[in-house]
Order: sequence, then C-alpha cells, then structure tokens
Amino acid sequence: MLRKGADIVIQTLKEEGVEIVFGHPGGAIMEVYDALYRDGGIRHILARHEQGAGHMAEGYAKATGKVGVAMSTSGPGATNLVTAIADAYMDSVPVVFITGQVPTHLIGNDAFQEVDIVGITRPITKHNFLVKGIEELPLAIRQAFYIARTGRPGPVLVDIPKDITQKLSDVSIPSLEELKESLPGYRPHLEGNLQQIRKAVRLIMEAKRPVLYVGGGAVQAEAQKELVELAELMKIPVATTNMGKGAFPELHPLALHMLGMHGTYYANMAVYNCDLLIAVGARFDDRVTGKVEEFAPQAKIIHIDIDPASISKNIVVDVPIVGDVKIVLRKLLEEIKREGAKLYFPEERQKWLERIEGWKKKHPLTYRKSNTVIKPQYVIEQIYEATKGDAIISTGVGQHQMWSAMFYKYSFPRQFINSGGLGTMGFGFPAGIGAKLGRPDKEVFVIDGDGSFMMTMQELITAVQYKVPVKVAIINNGYLGMVRQWQELFYERRYSEVDLSIQPDFVKLAEACGAVGFRAEKPSEVREIIEEALKIQDRPVIMDFHVDREENVLPMVPAGKSYRDMILEDGKKAVEAETMYLVG
Amino acid sequence: MADTIGSAELNAVKTPIFREVKKGEVRKHIITLTVRNELGVLARIATLIAGKGYNIEDLSVGETHEKGISRMTLEVIGDDVVIDQVVKQLRKLIDTIKVKDLTDTPHVERELALIKVHTATPRARDEVLRLVEIFRCRIVDVSPETYSVEITGTEDKVNAFIELVRPFGIKEMARTGKVAMKRESIPQEEE
Ligand SMILES: Cc1ncc(C[n+]2csc(CCOP(=O)(O)OP(=O)(O)O)c2C)c(N)n1
Repeated sequence: MLRKGADIVIQTLKEEGVEIVFGHPGGAIMEVYDALYRDGGIRHILARHEQGAGHMAEGYAKATGKVGVAMSTSGPGATNLVTAIADAYMDSVPVVFITGQVPTHLIGNDAFQEVDIVGITRPITKHNFLVKGIEELPLAIRQAFYIARTGRPGPVLVDIPKDITQKLSDVSIPSLEELKESLPGYRPHLEGNLQQIRKAVRLIMEAKRPVLYVGGGAVQAEAQKELVELAELMKIPVATTNMGKGAFPELHPLALHMLGMHGTYYANMAVYNCDLLIAVGARFDDRVTGKVEEFAPQAKIIHIDIDPASISKNIVVDVPIVGDVKIVLRKLLEEIKREGAKLYFPEERQKWLERIEGWKKKHPLTYRKSNTVIKPQYVIEQIYEATKGDAIISTGVGQHQMWSAMFYKYSFPRQFINSGGLGTMGFGFPAGIGAKLGRPDKEVFVIDGDGSFMMTMQELITAVQYKVPVKVAIINNGYLGMVRQWQELFYERRYSEVDLSIQPDFVKLAEACGAVGFRAEKPSEVREIIEEALKIQDRPVIMDFHVDREENVLPMVPAGKSYRDMILEDGKKAVEAETMYLVG
Repeated sequence: MADTIGSAELNAVKTPIFREVKKGEVRKHIITLTVRNELGVLARIATLIAGKGYNIEDLSVGETHEKGISRMTLEVIGDDVVIDQVVKQLRKLIDTIKVKDLTDTPHVERELALIKVHTATPRARDEVLRLVEIFRCRIVDVSPETYSVEITGTEDKVNAFIELVRPFGIKEMARTGKVAMKRESIPQEEE
C-alpha cells in the first residue's frame, strides 16, 4: 500500500505503542502534523515552547518508564529542543525526538529554517540520524525507539526532511529481527559475569562495614524488591543518590537517604567509614564523591552497571559487574542464598548498624522551625503529610530541589523526578505536566523555585488547555537561592545578580491563565492551601509560598571537598572530631 | 563524639588511607575500529575524542572486504586510563562494531607517503634514485626537475626516508594516516 512518509511516521509510532506526543508544529514537520490529525489515534500535547515539550516527554518517560516522544519543526524548533535533549542524555532518559528538516535538495544550502541539528546534538544523544530516503524511514524510527529504551537508556533524535514526509512509498515496517540485524554493533550486555558476581558475594559476606550506594540505574531497572532483599538479608545500610531516590524505600530502617554534597550526615559518615561500597547503577558523579581521593578511602568497591564505560571512569573499582541491575542483583541473591547467606563478622556488622543509628540520632535531617516565617522545609514536610507520601514530586533546580530530596520521603521508584545530571532550571514544571499525563492515578506536585518556574512558566497555559491538575508549589524566596547560598558561604555575601524580589504576582498569573492561585505568607496558611489545592482536579494550581529568604540547604559538602569538610545543619563546620578518624 | 567512638577505639583508630586516583602513563595509542559506514560516523568518533580533550594525531579510513563496513585506524596520544575510557565510549557508539586498542598487542603498522623531491641536477637524480632502491620504494612520476616517490612502511621508515631526501628540497608531500592490523604470527623482523 502506498503511503506518505508522514503516515509512515505515525504508523510506526503506533506500532511502538506511543499514546502521547509532546510538540510544537512548523513548516518542516507540517506533513506529520497533518497525518497526526487525519489519523486521530495519538494524543498530542501542544507545548508553548519546544523546550517544554522536551521536558514533558522526559517527565512522562521518567514517571512511566516508557519511551517519551517530543516533536518539533526544523531550525529554531529543533534548537529549542536542545536543552531537553542534553538533559535527557545526562539522566539517561529514554526519549525519541523527531525533528522536521528542510527538503533534501536544500540541505546544506542555508535554507530557511535550516540547522544541522544532527551535528548540534551529536554529543548529547545516545544516537541520532538524518533520514536520507523514505525507504529508511520506518527502520530509522524503530531503531530510535529500540536504542532509546535498551541498554543504558537515552535520547535518540530522528531528523526527517520535509520531502520525505511527502513522498509516497509502500515500504513496510520492519520486524524486531530485521531491526536487530540492522544494528550489528549494538548488543547491550545484560547478564553480568558469574565469576565477578561470586567475587562480589564473597566480599559482601566478609565485609564488616558495608554500604550500598544506589543510583538512577536502579530506578531504571526497577530493582527495588531485589535491593530490599539484599539489604535485609545481608544487613547493609543503603544510601541513594538524587537520581536513585525511591529505588530503596526511605522509611526503611536501613535507609541512609541521600549521600554526597547535600547528603545526610549519617549517609556521608557511613560512606566515609565503610570497608565495602557496593555501587548499584550509580556513576560516581562529582556531586556524590566530592574530592575523589578521599571518597570511601578504606573501602573495596563493587560496581554494578549496565554501561561498561561508567565503570572505573572516575574511581577505579575492585569488582566491576556489567549488566542490568535487576538481573545482576537477582543472580547475586541466588549466589548468596546458595552460600547459606552467611556473614563472616556478624557482630561487627551489628556494631556497624548500631554506630549508624548513633549517627542518625545525633544529626538527623532537620532545620530551625519558626512560627512567624515560612520555612521552605516546612512546606515540603506539609506536602509530604498532606499527600501521605504517595505523590510524585517533580522539581526545578536549586535549593528547593535539594529540600525536596531531603524532606519528602520517597518509597517507590519514579517518584522523584528532577534534573540530576544537567541541573536544568525550568525542568520541573513541564516535566511535572508530562508525569501527570503519564500517571493520572497519582497526585503530581511540582516543587519549584521562583527562578526555575519563570524559565518555563508559559506551559501553565498548556496545563490549563489539557486540564492537567498538577499542583505547583513555588518556594518563593525572591532569590536565585542556591547561587545566593554559595555567595553567602564562599563569596563573603557578595550577592551578585541573584535578587528576584521584583516578580509577577503568581496568583494573578494563575488566574490570567485560567488556573487557580493561592498564596501563603504565614506558616499557619501553608497546610490550608495545600489541602485546598488537593481538592482541585480539573486544572492546575499554583501555590505561592513566601518563605524565609535566606534559608540554606544543609548539610553541605563544599564542591570538590572531602566529606570531612561537611557543614552541618547548625551551620557549624562540623565533623572535626568524628570523620577525621575512620572507624577501624 | 563519645557516643560513637569510644576512647579505647580512638587510640586504635587508623590514619586515613586515601584512595589513589589512578593516573595512567601518557603515550601513543593505536586504535582500530570496524564501523558501519553511515552518514556522520567519522564526525561522531572525532567529536567523542575531542570531547575528552584529545587530539587525533593520525587517522585513516577505508572500506573493508564487507560492503558498507569500514575500517579506521586512529592514533591518539594520551593517558592510559583515559584512553581506556575513550575506547569504552567508542564501543558504545551505535555505528561501531569492533574497537581495539592495539598498543600493547603485536601488530603490523603501515603508512604511505608521496614525496615530490627536487632533482634538477644529475647528482641529485642519482642520489635519490639510490635512496629509492635502498628503501625499496618506487618512483611514480618524473619531470626534468623532480622525482615523485611512493614509499610505504612503518612510520620510522617513512621518517628516515624523508630526512634523507630533505636536503635536496621537498616540493610537496602527502602522507596517509597509518593502517594497523593485529599480528597472527610471532613477531618477525620487519621486511
Ligand atoms: C538553566 C540554568 N541556568 C542557570 C543555572 C544555575 N543555577 C543553579 S541553581 C540557581 C538558582 C535557582 O533559583 P530558584 O529556581 O529560585 O531556586 P532556589 O535555589 O531559590 O530554591 C541557578 C541560577 C541552572 N542550574 N540552570
């Protein structure tokens, strides 16, 4: 049957199970939009900016585990996607980006709205390609989905010249077999080497002070059950990264919560003093390790990761295991049980857990409470209580992001959605819209900074148009807060260009867009408006929380410093006595 | 402090042994790749290496016996540990089928150069001819003023030849990048 290229695009998306596409049309992609209209089988969300469409697709993918799809026209449409593409790349989010391109015969001519988007996005995509002929079109799209979701997931871009979307062809959609054959060099390694797994088992049983260090790979693999079983069986406390939140339930007694720059005292102490670090789907990011030379200085390291290039990249490890986190953990558990799940030093292990309990008691996550001014942490605690810990939280980047990581307790994977790797202000709101569209069964709260929100706030109208009931809590401190915090701590309070005290009235803004707006200026109003917001289910809500302007995120390990330099919640340069010494 | 580390323990506490960050030796690496000959594959590889802050010193590409499959040989100077990382990243590219660092494996290396030498005097013509014979290369173009010489061999051999003819005056020169292949036999004497 002869079909237009544009119809082939839509048909292939449907074959891939795509239900929703985020995008913004334009000349070079118009045929595809026409086919979308004629077909009627795929929902399209018209974002007001392509960056918004990209983050929505990411939020959708992060919340559901499915592949997100974002679409734009050539030139400026495509370049507006770039930030979202880079963001997806850094956080290994499976998103297929489809861009229109000028007709084949104009490529390279500086034609109207031409840009070499394949060239621009080469270093920030897992793979990308320009479709050169209509015969390649269905295979290209199938390859894009396959590459995006398998192995270490990531963004894939497919650039389609306009004439190809207009041409007629009877090319069929390739089968999975044909698809695999077309990618001879692409074979993600899933199984994990048994020899290495056995070595790891031995180290785990022999360790006196082990710690699990869990990252986004464990969320991607949905390995929560296996992690809990391993931690409980072998009595191992579990620290998670920002991206790993929810991979291990945070109310579990073995949970150490977040480690690293804004990690808890007890997580960082445990990592600093451990004799075995088991990294699971984590990549030793510099926000986690601080000064690498002093990261887990006494520990042997086991590293489980699907990406061989992630292993020994920043820190040389003792036992590398390449494979899917879930599959490897299952095998590891099998081996442990075959060995009778024994511990060589059960008393030491017990002492270790007690010591950690001590650290937890001594320096729990906390903040100075107030009856007169709203503390940002208090807002997040109240959101946590009002939603009974069951909401999906999406955030921008800055202090509010870190407080959201610290003061909401996450118990399931894909519950905490934020821009970990690229740190993109403006990510949270559109990503929250995408998450809510993917998970309509869950309450989705966007906890945003006033600065971050303003970067993509035009999507408010998108959320109104599609009746997406996301709840936006703006932690409004009238500052680019995180930058101000660094200026306070490391630049002698020279507050260079961080003042945001001139701002729109967010309540009126909400109303102008047909959303609902609330404002809280006193602590007593906080819970009230959250409860009010929760009642609204047919449109977005903006809650403008005027918080303490100069509150800081603590604890904090200054960039590039050792855990020993951690500044504690009372602002004291802590630790002096304790972390100076390793538990021996 | 007292509630976590007892004083007896404190005395027994070890001084921290900080993790060493491994730094590798900086040297020349020969990397060969088998790749799908797709649009942009070369750019992708070059971008990746440049993105790690390394320069490609030397590069050659050509088709293999299989259609649509090309073979590349790259020379990069860098830290062993980082090059290992580059190789792993190259392996991850969708278009690469095989990537090998041949540096520590016995392998054969060849390159080709075309050198146009000034040979206006009979003495120069004789001398260059003799060198061509000694080096077992070929003259591929002759004019009253010049000889154009084709030489293949290891980098050292090509360099040696160039140095010997340089005094006559080199008018033009073109060198290919290296091609390299793993040896199947026990290393033998070169040529
Ligand atoms: C797009 C972008 N630009 C700049 C930055 C640098 N940056 C990091 S945090 C921050 C301040 C964020 O302010 P806000 O969103 O109000 O959140 P707060 O820290 O006040 O909670 C800035 C400017 C960034 N991360 N992203």
